[in-house]
Amino acid sequence: MDAFLLSRIQFAANISFHILFPTITIALGWVLLYFRVRFNISKDQRWMDAYMFWVKVFALSFAMGVVSGITMSFQFGTNWPGFMETVGNIAGPLLAYEVMTAFFLEAVFLGIMLFGASRVKPWVHTTATFLVAFGTTMSAFWIIVLNSWMHTPQGYEMIDGVAHATDWWAIVFNPSMPYRFTHMMLASFLTVSFLIAGISAFRILIGGNTAGVKSALRTAIVAAALLMPVQILVGDMHGLNTKEYQPAKVAAMEGIWETQNGADLLLFALPDDDARENRFEIGIPNLASFILTHDWNGEVKGLNEFVTEDGEVMHPRVAPVFWSFRVMVGTGVLMLLTSWAAVAMMARKTANGNARRGVEGLPRLMLFGFVAMSFSGWLATLAGWYTTEIGRQPWLVQGVMTTEMAVADVPAPLVLSTLLAYLAVYAILLAAYIAVIFHLARKASRGETLKPRVPGSGAAVAAVPAE
Amino acid sequence: MDYFGDPAQWLPFTFAMLMGVSILIYVVLDGFDLGVGLLFPFADEDEKDNMIAAIGPFWDANETWLVLAVGLLLVAFPAAHGTILTALYLPVAVMLIGLILRGVAFEFRVKAPLSYKSRWNWAFFVGSLMTSLSQGFMLGMYVMGLTWTLPHVAFALLTAVFLTIGYSFIGATWVIHKAQGNLQLKAIDWAKGGIWGLVLGISAISIATPFVSSRIFDKWFSFPEFLWLSPLPILSAVLVAWLWQMLKTMPFSGDRFSWLPFGAATALWTTAFGGMAYSFYPYVVPEKLTIYESASAPESLFIILVGTIFVLPTILAYTVLAYYVFRGKATELRYD
Ligand code: HDD
Ligand code: HEM
Ligand code: HEM
Repeated sequence: MDAFLLSRIQFAANISFHILFPTITIALGWVLLYFRVRFNISKDQRWMDAYMFWVKVFALSFAMGVVSGITMSFQFGTNWPGFMETVGNIAGPLLAYEVMTAFFLEAVFLGIMLFGASRVKPWVHTTATFLVAFGTTMSAFWIIVLNSWMHTPQGYEMIDGVAHATDWWAIVFNPSMPYRFTHMMLASFLTVSFLIAGISAFRILIGGNTAGVKSALRTAIVAAALLMPVQILVGDMHGLNTKEYQPAKVAAMEGIWETQNGADLLLFALPDDDARENRFEIGIPNLASFILTHDWNGEVKGLNEFVTEDGEVMHPRVAPVFWSFRVMVGTGVLMLLTSWAAVAMMARKTANGNARRGVEGLPRLMLFGFVAMSFSGWLATLAGWYTTEIGRQPWLVQGVMTTEMAVADVPAPLVLSTLLAYLAVYAILLAAYIAVIFHLARKASRGETLKPRVPGSGAAVAAVPAE
Repeated sequence: MDYFGDPAQWLPFTFAMLMGVSILIYVVLDGFDLGVGLLFPFADEDEKDNMIAAIGPFWDANETWLVLAVGLLLVAFPAAHGTILTALYLPVAVMLIGLILRGVAFEFRVKAPLSYKSRWNWAFFVGSLMTSLSQGFMLGMYVMGLTWTLPHVAFALLTAVFLTIGYSFIGATWVIHKAQGNLQLKAIDWAKGGIWGLVLGISAISIATPFVSSRIFDKWFSFPEFLWLSPLPILSAVLVAWLWQMLKTMPFSGDRFSWLPFGAATALWTTAFGGMAYSFYPYVVPEKLTIYESASAPESLFIILVGTIFVLPTILAYTVLAYYVFRGKATELRYD
């Protein structure tokens, strides 16, 4: 394998590992704020219990996000120096704003949020929680701006092969940014909803049936049921936007080779990039045209439009885009079905016909289902990013520079050795991360760490005071 | 924008200053928590928990200065970022894996089942070691002009060892400040052991740098520069003597001024760093690329600067706040 391919695999491995954790922290920060505020209002200890448990998961995820993020910022220099040399004038300020506005806010207030509940006044702790949540969201915003600009660049001019900014407003509010940002935020909330639902279900199954766990489970299921339809809607709009700006990507997502009117929506197919055709197609007639053009006979561009006169292929490899798109949408549909079924079960009336059954109304099988889906959000998120990113190839910045133009001149064996080292570290850490979350759940259910304790009451002040 | 003179001059200079300050803050702040990790094998189980508590609320924010420093290099001097990091490909990867290991070990050691704790302790030490060694190695390679020849690599291996000892020294002074009783006494001993590595390291770099480049040699050893630069080495020598004196008489009665060794160590690093910055200016890639040649376009730098003017003071303010909230002796770290 050449250094180019290896660098791509290494970059994809690193960013895939990184994105797992921000996906959790972005939404979990807001969920923690919600728990904290519910506690402030009601003084009901179960909200504080929920806070105390999930803040540990937050800390762990945050640490994983930080260390893998640091790897990301070095990657540009070690493997893709051409990227910053060409579009650095635009990518630079965006990355700088990401680091400045967000990371410091998080990193500094994080200490107060995690360890300060008994050292600072309740409102300070609540504010720290808010600032951390806000900070993570801002860093997601700026990085999504940059990523979206790479898909739909505007507001720049090329001088001697280097991009110079002409209109920052146009750069920040580039055409795909609003869709990508909204879709990613929702993805994050869905991921966290299913994580909380899964771990809470697990705790109920092993007998840790406290009020805090039930509140968390109910909150998570209702949130998922509300957000999933919105996500489908936003996803659809995102796709329409992509069709306008990156038609080759949409053609790959749909597996359409020849431009046609009334294209079928393929449920299954094996796209063959060498033969340039699909095998074993199963599709619903005209549906793809309807979704993409809102007309049963609308025209959808095919992949063959994106091959130049001299045979150079200017569209991505079809099979990975086609399949990751289906994994994402499939997971989304599964999320919709489970969360709605659970809401229906919780809404049933109890035997005496007055109250709703709530969490008690969920059969064991349903709880097992949620445990199995604890990390389904990760699957959908990664699949979504693969669709987006692989779908942009061979471009690195659509229409401006190809990925190959950016690659570093580092010998292939060197890249291979670091790639293998990263993969080994990531595999171990991922296993440890998941194991520890379940371990924390078990421990909490045995009541080992979550002694009821009211922060700020003085009772919890650590043995030696601050002085 | 032309108000202050030519923006293609003052903007790169400003960013080089900002980057330098970030690197300095990084090596002092992350220096002490890396150092604590390096001292791990010398501490017993309870002391380990105490040492972790001494850096717990800070390490994350400390590491962020590295993100800022590399970020500034990336956004303000993109060409240099590529050249430096591809030249240092391997040590960078080692450092990143080290940072990953220690960053997560921190969290895992308290959250994983007890039987795994010693493994994560070990990962914390190994991660700190990998990070310190590779940073020292990169420092040496940088001084030698980023070329991979045998003597250069040998020199870089030497600076790798010295920087590692230097970090464990500053880590020990932090523990002196944050700990009590037996652990504090131990830390005083660690500091006494480490100070010599620091002195050797600073001397090695100070002696080597002028001989790598005649330009740097002339910057130091011509008249009158030599005169007004002489306070730097003299100040360093005074600081070392003072540190040694303090460590011999510590712990002070009533434990007042326990922060002094850390303070003096910081001052020592600052003089050493100042000397280096003076040597290399205006080059960002030694002897190849100046900050002016590798800078981003002025209009982009200006946009970044606007953000920086608002954000940097805020960052500094709440860094101080966080250190204030968690001031005093370290206590058990609890999520409440
Ligand atoms: C929990 C996660 C999740 C779920 C359930 C879905 N998505 Fe998604 N999707 C993402 C998480 C995600 C993502 C990871 O957040 C992506 C990658 C980049 C982005 O902005 O969002 C994405 C990208 C993405 C794209 C690619 C945009 C491009 O071309 O750049 C489209 C068209 C959709 N999504 C559409 C959908 C539809 C129709 C869904 C209905 C079920 C759906 N997504 C569910
Ligand atoms: C976080 C979610 C992301 C994921 C999972 C992801 C994934 C990927 C993948 C799989 C590729 C490889 C495409 C291929 O080899 O065919 C890629 C390419 C790339 N992406 Fe992303 N990406 C993400 C976000 C970003 C962001 C935010 C940026 C920039 C700020 C970015 C910059 C790049 C670059 C520079 C490449 C080119 C290198 C390559 O082709 O491997 N990505 N990404
Ligand atoms: C190539 C692209 C990327 C780079 C260079 C990058 C860089 C970083 C860095 C350096 C950190 C750690 C900062 C700290 O010290 O706190 C970080 C964390 C973070 N990143 Fe990324 N990142 C990238 C992609 C993404 C993407 C695609 C997202 C989200 C959609 C994202 C969202 C976050 C968030 C929210 C954090 C906060 C820390 C956390 O929650 O773990 N990043 N990133």
